[in-house]
Amino acid sequence: MSTVQIVFLFVGFMILLAAWMMVSRSNLVHSALWLVVALFGVAVLFVLLEAGYLAVIQVLVYIGAIAILMIFAVMLTRGDVESLTHITNRYAGWAAVMGAFLLFGLVIVLGQWPAFQTTSPEAIESANPVLDLGMAFVSPDGFTVPFIVASVLLLAAFIGAIYAAFPRKKGE
Amino acid sequence: MIPLSWYLILAAALFCIGFYGVLARRNAVVILMSVELMLNAVNINLVAFWRYLNPNDISGQVFAIIVFAVAAAEVAVGLALVISLYRNRKTISVDEVDLMKW
Repeated sequence: MSTVQIVFLFVGFMILLAAWMMVSRSNLVHSALWLVVALFGVAVLFVLLEAGYLAVIQVLVYIGAIAILMIFAVMLTRGDVESLTHITNRYAGWAAVMGAFLLFGLVIVLGQWPAFQTTSPEAIESANPVLDLGMAFVSPDGFTVPFIVASVLLLAAFIGAIYAAFPRKKGE
Repeated sequence: MIPLSWYLILAAALFCIGFYGVLARRNAVVILMSVELMLNAVNINLVAFWRYLNPNDISGQVFAIIVFAVAAAEVAVGLALVISLYRNRKTISVDEVDLMKW
């Protein structure tokens, strides 16, 4: 077993452990911190996949922004103690069964797919993959339209978020 | 090297943990966090497919970045709704938010 495989197994185990701790802890701040661990593990996987730019974006956007936003939301909603003492609803058992079935189904379906047996990746020919990614976003025959649509989506979502969270007077 | 199947199985397991979190937890913030886990599992898959099956076409990474943008938009709107909900109802337990349930 090569070093890369050992690193992968360690990181994969860490991700799954952190994810499980995240969904099963009753202390929400601990949940948010376990989420940070899981997201960081995914960033390490991106490095293993030679997608360095995505790893940086993962740390910046997910850990730097989304996880911190989650912690803010946890702290702003601390008065709700009932959801802390009974952390799961009455369908939790069914949810676990469905999750296990989904996992088995996915593994069985994936196992029948020929590309599942791929063991080693092809070499990347490009000398500067980050430059290629940037060019793909701005060149007219690349992905300019999806890029602009994503920007408009973010702008609309943030305006909507400000509107939804803005305090309103009674009767308005 | 690492076989592609390891990434796919890890992503499937992560997705299923997120799926369980969305269905089983009562706290709306934890549900949003579980959705983030599911989106991350999808992203692992996208990047692994790009790397193993078609590494000289950049579109796999582009797709992953679009998923990042959508995840950021989703979490911003979701948390705004949670905070608005908490302000109006003093609860963020999704069991008790059944105003629109027929």
